[in-house]
Amino acid sequence: MSGSKNDRELKAAIEALIFVSEEPITANRLAEILGDLDPEDVEALANEVMAEFNAREGGLEIRRIAGGYRMSTRPQYHEVLRRYLRTRPAARLSLASLETLAVIAYKQPITLPEIQEIRGKNSVSSVKTLLEKRLIVPKGRKPVAGRPIMYGTSKEFLIQFGLNDLSELPSIEDFEDFITE
Amino acid sequence: MPEEDGEPMEASTGLSSSPYKVKLDVFEGPLDLLLHLIKKEQVSIYDIPIARITEQYLEYLRLMHEMDITIASDFLVMAATLIYIKTKMLLPRSPLTEDEEEDEDPRRPLVERLLEYQKYKAAAEMLWSKAQVEQAVFTRPPLDLQEAGTEIAATTYDLFEAFRRAMERLKEKIQLEIAREEVPLEEKIADLRQRLERTDRLDITALFEEARSKRELITIFLAVLELVKESVIRLVQRVAFGQIIAIKVNRSPSTTERAP
Repeated sequence: MSGSKNDRELKAAIEALIFVSEEPITANRLAEILGDLDPEDVEALANEVMAEFNAREGGLEIRRIAGGYRMSTRPQYHEVLRRYLRTRPAARLSLASLETLAVIAYKQPITLPEIQEIRGKNSVSSVKTLLEKRLIVPKGRKPVAGRPIMYGTSKEFLIQFGLNDLSELPSIEDFEDFITE
Repeated sequence: MPEEDGEPMEASTGLSSSPYKVKLDVFEGPLDLLLHLIKKEQVSIYDIPIARITEQYLEYLRLMHEMDITIASDFLVMAATLIYIKTKMLLPRSPLTEDEEEDEDPRRPLVERLLEYQKYKAAAEMLWSKAQVEQAVFTRPPLDLQEAGTEIAATTYDLFEAFRRAMERLKEKIQLEIAREEVPLEEKIADLRQRLERTDRLDITALFEEARSKRELITIFLAVLELVKESVIRLVQRVAFGQIIAIKVNRSPSTTERAP
């Protein structure tokens, strides 16, 4: 991308849009609003905006989340912000739900019996909780006897766990290092 | 270690050193319990002393049973599996199958499951800490687009709810209802129309408050419904369950055209 006046204006507009957008805004959406530009060009510009913005190393940052761009505070300032906001970390998922979520995240699409096989435990209520919290979504049915529903993670999952896409999750094999001898 | 407020990530205490209640809540399932026992006994997951672990496992179930805790069937299935493995290990190896299946360790399928499960347990902890970090990240709060039209259309239910609340307040306010002051519906509608000549917005809640009797309140309610039906006004809310505002619907050119 050249540093032409036009590009500079587009980048400023992109930054403003990322600021105003309530959820991560995609390059496609940015391109649409900016007047039917090529999404790929817009993505390149947005990436420049992101790099320049973050080079400041200020209290705010732009990150790629769930395929879009999102402006937020930098994680390292969470303590001072919490002191000001007087908040505590919100209620988390139970261990059972987190475990179930981990299995689904790595093995998706996966059916309930398959989840239970790995966990060695009935997982109906965990799956229900995750569905209610919109962290997982049904992804069709498995073409086997009984046609069980398959589950996968949702966009909400990416947002809540600060991921751009699933490839950002560490490989499941990496967790072998944790295994107690 | 993510271990806080009644959501322990793993058992930190042994069977004998903590109150039953605490430790019983801790194990997520039979695999979790087995891993705990293996850790507690400081034995290798690849070479589980099956007799010892089985004994401990059954002891744990006995404790649960003594305390009248319903033992999930998953735990019983695992107990059966453990006993089966134990028995199999006691049996002398059949000379017939030896060359076919080599000498497969009867513990192997269980070990594989434990290793697999442990990976996801670790992944769950990773997700836990990720969520912790992300919860400490704040985005800009939703903009309050006051005049920009982020109003939500109020539903009939919202209107009825406001009516019901006004009705309740009225009950407290009015002790006696002596003379029946009749306010015809037509009059009320005309009154509201007149007000709408002067202003573009009417606070429905305040309007309900004006009612001096139940009858009048009902009349106001019906008048509002009538005006909505005639598309003279539309009802909006700034937030869900919030105050209901009637906004005049600007139609064909009229005297109010020049209103700001």
